[in-house]
Amino acid sequence: MLIEAIIAACLLSAAVVFVSPDRYAHKLALGLSVPPLALSLYAYAAFEGSGNALLGGEIAYETFTEWLRFGPYAVNYHVGLDGISLPLVVLSTVLTTLALLSAWTPIDERQSEFYGLVLFLEGSLVGVFAALDFVLWFVFWEAVLIPMYLLIGVWGGPRRKYAAIKFFVYTNIASLVMFIGYFGLVFGLGDAISSTGMPEVAQALRAGQLGSLGTSAAAIPADALAMGAFLAMFVGFAVKVPIVPFHTWLPDAHVEAPTPVSVLLAGVLLKMGTYALLRFNFTMLPEQAAILAVPIAAIAVVSIIYGAMLALAQQDLKRVVAYSSVSSMGYVILGLIAYTVYGVGGATFQMIAHGLISGLLFMTVGVFYNATHTRMIGDMSGLAGRMPVTATVFVAGAFAYMGLPLMAGFMAELFVFLGAFGSTVLPAAPVFTAAAMFGIVIVAGYLLWAMQRSLFGPFRLETDYELARAPAHDIVPIVTLLALVIALGVAPDIFFEMIRDATLDVVAFDFGGESP
Amino acid sequence: MSASSVTAATALLAPAAAFVLAALAMFVIDAFGAEETSGLVLAVVSTAGSIAALSISGLLLASGAAAGGVALFGGQLVVDGMSLLFTFVFGSVTALVSVASLDYTRGRPYKTEYYLLILLAATGMSLLASANSLAVVFVALELTSLPSYALVAYLKNNRGSVEGALKYFFVGALSSGIMLYGISLVYASTGSLLLADVAAASGEASATYPGVFGVGILLIIGGLAFKTASVPFHFWAPDVYEGAPAPVAAFLSSASKAAGFVVAFRVLVVGFPIETIAGTLDWVLVFQILAVVTMTVGNFAAATQENVKRMLAYSSIGHAGYALIGLAALTNVGGVGAESTVLGASVLHLLVYGFMNTGAFLFVALAEHWEIGRTFEDYNGLGAEAPIACVAMTVFLFSLAGLPVGGGFVSKYYLFAGAVGAGVWWLALIGAINSALSLFYYSRVVKAMWIESPAEPFAIERYPTALYAALLTAAVVTVVLLPGILVVDGTAFDAAAALF
Repeated sequence: MLIEAIIAACLLSAAVVFVSPDRYAHKLALGLSVPPLALSLYAYAAFEGSGNALLGGEIAYETFTEWLRFGPYAVNYHVGLDGISLPLVVLSTVLTTLALLSAWTPIDERQSEFYGLVLFLEGSLVGVFAALDFVLWFVFWEAVLIPMYLLIGVWGGPRRKYAAIKFFVYTNIASLVMFIGYFGLVFGLGDAISSTGMPEVAQALRAGQLGSLGTSAAAIPADALAMGAFLAMFVGFAVKVPIVPFHTWLPDAHVEAPTPVSVLLAGVLLKMGTYALLRFNFTMLPEQAAILAVPIAAIAVVSIIYGAMLALAQQDLKRVVAYSSVSSMGYVILGLIAYTVYGVGGATFQMIAHGLISGLLFMTVGVFYNATHTRMIGDMSGLAGRMPVTATVFVAGAFAYMGLPLMAGFMAELFVFLGAFGSTVLPAAPVFTAAAMFGIVIVAGYLLWAMQRSLFGPFRLETDYELARAPAHDIVPIVTLLALVIALGVAPDIFFEMIRDATLDVVAFDFGGESP
Repeated sequence: MSASSVTAATALLAPAAAFVLAALAMFVIDAFGAEETSGLVLAVVSTAGSIAALSISGLLLASGAAAGGVALFGGQLVVDGMSLLFTFVFGSVTALVSVASLDYTRGRPYKTEYYLLILLAATGMSLLASANSLAVVFVALELTSLPSYALVAYLKNNRGSVEGALKYFFVGALSSGIMLYGISLVYASTGSLLLADVAAASGEASATYPGVFGVGILLIIGGLAFKTASVPFHFWAPDVYEGAPAPVAAFLSSASKAAGFVVAFRVLVVGFPIETIAGTLDWVLVFQILAVVTMTVGNFAAATQENVKRMLAYSSIGHAGYALIGLAALTNVGGVGAESTVLGASVLHLLVYGFMNTGAFLFVALAEHWEIGRTFEDYNGLGAEAPIACVAMTVFLFSLAGLPVGGGFVSKYYLFAGAVGAGVWWLALIGAINSALSLFYYSRVVKAMWIESPAEPFAIERYPTALYAALLTAAVVTVVLLPGILVVDGTAFDAAAALF
């Protein structure tokens, strides 16, 4: 009942905040975001699951009742958490509460609607990570789009309408492609399954029960079906992640979105894509993933390098952070395709680490913007002297991004590289790993360069705004996030132990990689 | 049949009787009431009649009194799960429209006549749902259509309203004639009008008079295509829905369309079983073509509209295309129960559609009430002005598009999964692609309401209570049907299975 309580708390809060007067909306929303946060932390503290939820592990906080019955397949209301989904639920609730706080300064119109939508988004995100039946999962997956579309479209920057519709259309077409892919598998499995549940489908697929699809006259053989479904789902999720070449919606959406929305977009929404890749493609169809290992790893490396190069070329500080997300998500894909405990576990850990760090950087850029009303690197310099706390946090966050030891980013990248290096699924694994490591150099390059131009040097500001001390509600969320990033870097086992436990079964198959 | 069992069986017609009684009450009120009766009394009587109809049919469904199908009047009428389920839809839509019309007809003349015509049309629909003989089908169809023509022309000083009514009447009269001709050809070749007897004689008729029989069926399908606003008899729909008063458009595009479908289901599945007809006229193939063309034409045309009401009119054609999958997938190649499943899915889609589409048109009624214009641009920034109504509209639109915020997602899932289960996966694929396209034009309204800013401030003075009540009821039911469809889905599948 815990998951239902979290989701219900979010949705009820959303309804209450939506109809509340604008004057109180921000405080009310912050207060009402505490119960879901507290409940998710309790879920973490009292977590007793083990193994992977899809592969017969012990599912925590599980609820299972039949929802719909349709022909041979039941659609169940099935939710539960394992070591992969629980950290992501905690990430969602933590980032939502902090994002709500960071919204106090920039959001000055239609507040009740804004805060209501953010809480609605939180409920849907928790649902995405907790759902264990495909149709239920899809309900939440699509429900995320609606508040995000409106949040970008209403409260965004000058080109917000274009950015919002581009985001909406891209991800919806992707959803359709992925939906068709999954149902191809369901119908291909035929009588081997009795519901659309993800655990049942995953286990049946790994047991090799996929049959052909269609009438005997015109059948799609099982191999082609599995490959087609893998590609359909991969493309569908790649848009969400996003992976080059499906990334073009992301910079538009990020640049136009207001700061708190960027935080949630980069921090949690991108993880929906990588989470889904792990849950569907890499857990359900390992053989197809292994066949496609080289192209997938190549895409990952291209995302890493190309994303970082694009970041290097940007003048807008927010665009720098946005493109760097494309690069960071490349590490996740590389870790997943490695099929080793450290690779897949590291990829999952990177989802959490990147969620916190990118949230931190977006918030800090937002604080600079609140004060200077510009994000152009060329328009400002010497901010470090005028806004010492914010600048310090930004420097620390940037170093976390570059992978400074004792920060979450370092541990995540270390795990991914360790895992990728020892992969036996991926041919020429050391070459891909080395190429990916080169990305770190570019990351360090663009971040240091951007910091040097905007933070240091003589103070100069090209706008007419008075530079004021950032208010406490701007500082609190970034300091909190920095503390979390350091905590995860010092003690990765806060999450890594349960992640590792949940990924063991994913990488355990006949031709699997060795575990270092 | 003893006298008491006749009474008991006739009690099954109580939902239709509720409509008739409410309609008769309108006559009485008009004859003896004050010169200009208050709209409230009329709306209450009309709503009470429709709520009685929907609750009685709901109760009869739940009690299983008509589970096996009860034939009345020598088999002319039949009351079974299918007819009760659709009467439930007609009752719901009529109730919503009656409530909303209280505000819409305020200050307009001929209120009594307006409600009377709605109730008479609803009576015709509930008879259509039960019609078990081609003669009753025709009479009930006319009982539905004639009040509808007059309703469309209710705003008689409005050019669009009158033009729409005239167009509706001409196309309707033509298609009635076509259908009647088809019925006479079928009668000529089978010697009966009762659907069961037609089915029994169909094998022989196909062998003896394949041409006459086949043309007859084709002409009947043409008449049904008019009622369901399917291609190629859809041309009237955009003009009629756009010109008609918005509550009437809601009524026609939801209830009247559903009535067309229930009669199509019964006539084709019961009267012309595909196993014996396939050699003469493969109507499943006809419906496959109609479904693909209808959904594609409807969706593409809707995508190019600038007027919200006209967009909804085309989207309603698109949804007729989805519902036609129920007939187009009866290919008999799927597994056990695949056919009744996909037909049941079509019934469910029409049920959900009854609420979400009525709601969307009622929102247009609200906009007309506020006189804020009809194009997408006129809705700009409405979300800040009337947030609750706009949330309801957002729910309707996304549910129509098949996003999982309302029952529209589940019913479309049922339809497409049912089509795949029945072996016509390409139909499901075309439906899914159309469904994705539809999101484009539905989200334009959402974008206008919430994201754009208004060209000039709205002058909204009052928030009409009754319209809001109808709108919110429809929205709540649409959302509740997402998890709550499990209450009705078994009934729908059983009702569909009983036809075979």
